[in-house]
Amino acid sequence: MKLSKLFAVGVFMISTSVLATPEQKGLEIAIEADKRETGFGDTTANMTMLLKNRHGEESTRYIRLRTLEVAGDGDKSMSIFDRPRDVKGTAFLSFTHKTGSDDQWLYLPALKRVKRISSRNKSGSFMGSEFAYEDIASQEVEKYTYKYIKDDACGDNSCFVIERDPVDELSGYTRQLVWIDKKEYRPQKVDFYDRKNTLLKTLVYKGYQQYLGQFWRADEMYMQNHQTGKTTLLSWANYKFRTGLTQRDFNKNSLKRAR
Amino acid sequence: MLFRLCAVLVLVGHSAFASAADGEWSGYVATEWRVFIDSPTDNEQHGDNVSLSAQAEYYREWNGGKQSFRFTPFIRIDGRDSQRSHADVRELNWTTVHDDWELTVGIGKVFWGVTESQHLVDIINQTDLVESPDGEEKLGQAMFKLSFVKDWGDLDLFVLPGFRERTFPSRGGRLRSVASVAVNDAEYASSQARDHIDAAIRWSNSFGDWDVGVSHFSGTSRDPRFRPAIDKGRTVLIPVYETIDQTALDLQATKDDWLWKLEVISRSGQGDRYIAATGGFEYTLYGINESAIDLGLIAEYLYDERNESAGTPFEDDLFLGARFALNDEASSELLAGMIIDLDNSSRVMSVEASRRLGDNWKINLEARFFSNIDSSDSLISFENDDFMQLELAWYF
Repeated sequence: MKLSKLFAVGVFMISTSVLATPEQKGLEIAIEADKRETGFGDTTANMTMLLKNRHGEESTRYIRLRTLEVAGDGDKSMSIFDRPRDVKGTAFLSFTHKTGSDDQWLYLPALKRVKRISSRNKSGSFMGSEFAYEDIASQEVEKYTYKYIKDDACGDNSCFVIERDPVDELSGYTRQLVWIDKKEYRPQKVDFYDRKNTLLKTLVYKGYQQYLGQFWRADEMYMQNHQTGKTTLLSWANYKFRTGLTQRDFNKNSLKRAR
Repeated sequence: MLFRLCAVLVLVGHSAFASAADGEWSGYVATEWRVFIDSPTDNEQHGDNVSLSAQAEYYREWNGGKQSFRFTPFIRIDGRDSQRSHADVRELNWTTVHDDWELTVGIGKVFWGVTESQHLVDIINQTDLVESPDGEEKLGQAMFKLSFVKDWGDLDLFVLPGFRERTFPSRGGRLRSVASVAVNDAEYASSQARDHIDAAIRWSNSFGDWDVGVSHFSGTSRDPRFRPAIDKGRTVLIPVYETIDQTALDLQATKDDWLWKLEVISRSGQGDRYIAATGGFEYTLYGINESAIDLGLIAEYLYDERNESAGTPFEDDLFLGARFALNDEASSELLAGMIIDLDNSSRVMSVEASRRLGDNWKINLEARFFSNIDSSDSLISFENDDFMQLELAWYF
């Protein structure tokens, strides 16, 4: 059984490397990575963002995230801001879609007001950080076209390097180079190229942990902006899977009382 | 009933405090400096002013968030205006959440609407007018709020005991009507006066790019009409709170960079039934000149069928505004706007800007200018009340 599976994988590898075009091979890698992510159900996690400018000045944001996997469509997510303290209680609800624009609402606790906001601002900064909205949104296969570039060493692993080009013309990037390890199909590094096709940012994933014996999540995501010298370190803690969240936890009512 | 309700909540709150393991306090303390450009219309009115305010919020949830308790007291101590010095319980409520329904009992705050220049549809809470002349600050309102979350939309049912009267600046205060408001002599159309129990219902839903709300309110009007009277040889305005029925629609279409907004109300009970509306758009230019800065351009038309006899100065007016968001670490923002009366060219201009200083401080700048005010316009009272205000707030 094990042997035959190994054989099948071997045949698959040979067939993809010999027969497939770089585009097909790139897409297959993306589909495999996505497949391994499928079925997580829902997650909750705490995120700390450490923003640093080129002078070394720091500021910190604490955000709690809830994500719900939606079969056949993009994920639903809610981000609740704990710090800075002046934005405490602000919450952000997002329904991502595989195709078409996402739906987004923002809750402003001082006025108790829920605002539907435009999701066109993909390339805009999330909370003043080096992460754009499109960097933190759920990564759907359909959002890019792919091209396998080469194999490359990445730390202790061996990686596929694929190029992915955003389908949405509102994206801030012409292309991204993604290092995906061959063993577990986890992104290890991403180089982002801006609209002028110059290197803008590099994202490095560190400290992968496996949950439910299947799903890998990085403890740290470090984004470096090569053009401004600013960096953002995302640190994740308290990851929980299949906590029982439902669609009811991702609507305007739950947004208003999100804590 | 209201007292009994509060007593029960204090008990719930007490047990919440007692086992305060998961409870938490947050809030702010702020100092405000307000500088008036001109001398006041009435020499009894004060000049430049310093004011302190603080708001705290205690929040605790249990049963995995299925039940929660919230207490939000607010206080302002004003240097010059005795009626601006006031305290209020913004929130003191208990909420229970179930699969497809939620219940909130106690003092709460609710916002309805979509437009930026004024909030016609928003009616649950009374305006705390002494806080800001823009009317966006609200007093806490006692309520039973039952919400159903269904596939066909969200349905909110409200029972609102304990009417709150609007706050107004004192005779010595600025940004008041020429004749000051006799807040202690308020009159009511209903014989039950402030004990009249109001009710409201709202249905809302999202259909793709469209967010829709339809609501009805039956009860004591939050905005009074005024009856002039003589008190100790002076003309004063007696606020008269009538019983109204208001049906309303709020609508937003989110079409890429364009937000199209409409609020319409139809109200009876204050003279003839009338219609008022606010409608317009907000168009956002993202990342102008390759920067991180977003610029939102806002235009709204403000309409009131009653024309000049309307209690509002905004009956045939145009609002034009620009919102800058720097999207920097300090969350720097600026909103500049102008409301122009299309009949008499009276103008109100405003600037609101804010940014964070470090992690716990925030600075807010606000300025309002009243210019070219026509003598027939109700804004004439504010003609000499152009002001600039700096607020420094510390958050905990």
